[in-house]
Amino acid sequence: MLAFAIRRLFEAAIVMLTVALLAFVLFRFVGDPVNQMVGQDTSIEDRLRLREELGLNDPVPVQFARFLAGAARFDFGISYQMKQPVTAIIAERAPATIELALTAALFAVSLGIPMGVYTGIHRDSWLSKVFLTVSLIGVSLPTFLIGIFLIYVFAVKLGVLPSFGRGEVVRLGFWNTGLLTASGLKALILPAITLGLFQMTLVTRLVRAEMLEVLRTDYIKFARARGLTQGAINFGHALKNTLVPVITVIGLQLGAVIAFAIITETVFQWPGMGLMFIQAVQNADIPVMAAYLLLVAFLFVLINFLVDLIYVRVDPRIRIYGRGAHD
Amino acid sequence: MIEDAADKLALARETGSPEASSAGPRPRAPAPSRWRRWRDSDLVYSFLRSKLVVLAAIVTVLLVGAAFLAPVIAPHNPYDLKSLSLLDSNLPPMWEQGGEASYPLGTDDQGRDILSTILYGTRASILIGIASVLVAVAIGVSAGLCAGYVGGRMDAFIMRIADVQLTFPAILTALLIDGVAIAIFKNYDLDAAKFTILVIAIGLSFWVQYARTVRGVTLVERNKEYVQAARLIGIGSFKIMFQHILPNVLSPVLVIATINLALAIITEATLSFLGVGLPATEPSLGTMIQIGNRYLFSGSWWMVAFPGLTLAVLALAVNLLGDWLRDALNPKLR
Repeated sequence: MLAFAIRRLFEAAIVMLTVALLAFVLFRFVGDPVNQMVGQDTSIEDRLRLREELGLNDPVPVQFARFLAGAARFDFGISYQMKQPVTAIIAERAPATIELALTAALFAVSLGIPMGVYTGIHRDSWLSKVFLTVSLIGVSLPTFLIGIFLIYVFAVKLGVLPSFGRGEVVRLGFWNTGLLTASGLKALILPAITLGLFQMTLVTRLVRAEMLEVLRTDYIKFARARGLTQGAINFGHALKNTLVPVITVIGLQLGAVIAFAIITETVFQWPGMGLMFIQAVQNADIPVMAAYLLLVAFLFVLINFLVDLIYVRVDPRIRIYGRGAHD
Repeated sequence: MIEDAADKLALARETGSPEASSAGPRPRAPAPSRWRRWRDSDLVYSFLRSKLVVLAAIVTVLLVGAAFLAPVIAPHNPYDLKSLSLLDSNLPPMWEQGGEASYPLGTDDQGRDILSTILYGTRASILIGIASVLVAVAIGVSAGLCAGYVGGRMDAFIMRIADVQLTFPAILTALLIDGVAIAIFKNYDLDAAKFTILVIAIGLSFWVQYARTVRGVTLVERNKEYVQAARLIGIGSFKIMFQHILPNVLSPVLVIATINLALAIITEATLSFLGVGLPATEPSLGTMIQIGNRYLFSGSWWMVAFPGLTLAVLALAVNLLGDWLRDALNPKLR
């Protein structure tokens, strides 16, 4: 177990270093950092002095080491566009994205699992067919179309929910939360549904497939023979055994939620990291792009690592693989 | 994730047996004509059996046909700026109050005919989709063949890159490549290069799947006798890879390519919607939706609704075709 964890940690470190190198190359070689920071009328002497101060005349490996050291302390320099430290911008934006992503995940799980169980047990009922059709549409439609459709129905036509922003936020220390005000909660509904719909269909289909598989096994037949109630069999025995892959997939999907948050945040003008990133892309704001890239890579690597560890704990067969018996 | 595993399983089965089944004794009766054989094949049978798939195919053909005939059938030319008149902007569809018959689905904020723009936009979307899938296939198949056939360090190197890229969702990779391209070409004429940038960005973000699949099949094919025979008579590695092994790995590639086409079209639309795709002067469906989205609150629903509907129907139809092809070529599900 320990050897496996160390091996995985080593691989994760390599991935992070690769991404960091990529981010550094971006930062250093795409466009000239000095030209981006100063105005038109800055004299050449000032530019040279700034170049020296920023350490851009040092050997490239030294610069990379400095970049790594900065990244480890969450110091990514100053945004070209907003003239603020990137870290400050991210700290301000992160709570919005995290609240949105977690609410979306909660929505996906709390609706997806019951729908999956129902369609798994009642395979041929009309309601199952409705659920599956809805899930097919949810998978095929682009996220932004769903968002626009929801805005049109609930904000433009019915006028019951806001179509943009976070509503009123309350400041708790460094954390801006929208969960404590009525307008904040209302503003969260549409974006969370938009973001969570794809994950919900995924969970539904996964739980359904797993349920169909489990319900055919001998121990379920035996439980029936013992005269257990349907409820006890379906939920106590069957569902419990479907949850391991479901938890794994949800864990891995958290990354996808963050990626799709870019789209959802754009549709709803949600002031999170996704919107920050897309504005950085439009304006070629390299420090923000590099920081976002590293942050997301870190999150992904962390999630993958944790999921791997959980897998090993749950499924002992993988431990052999962990000893390097493959290839 | 789960589907991936199922695909691999199906692949392993598929690659195990194609030779065995075709090596049986030939039928004595006069060989049926090509058309007959094609019509009686499993593929056509399973195609005609599902009404939904036939419908999806008809819709796809209609959309693609209409899109490529756009210069002929479109009532207006949306790229021709001098034919536009701002006086005609924001007109509703012809059946609504204030609509005009010459603009059947209404006009956008520039006075462009929505129907014509949809036709041209669909053409752009499909072209970018196909081109980017081709780029992804070219990169992925080459990488997979090299990794599987050469093995060793080459294999480890290519697959490591694939692993790193697989930790990010494709849309993020595409956005990033797009963003870098914007930063590099900031001082040049971006609009002209947008098509190429999009194709490369989307193509580079989807190659991993092909590489992994092709590598898996190549690992199996590499040890077969025909490859060993080819190597024995001194044919070079490059020729073996691309002339001998390649034809045998193409069928799973075809399936993934069809499914990816829908994904590529959606990715292009998403990038355009996010404002980093095709410019407003040569709109794709995504760009049209982005423009229309700004006017949603002023009640101009047609600017979003018609391109949105077209995109949804196109994506759904291509998706259904891809799913069907995957199931039809998967012997486990027959």
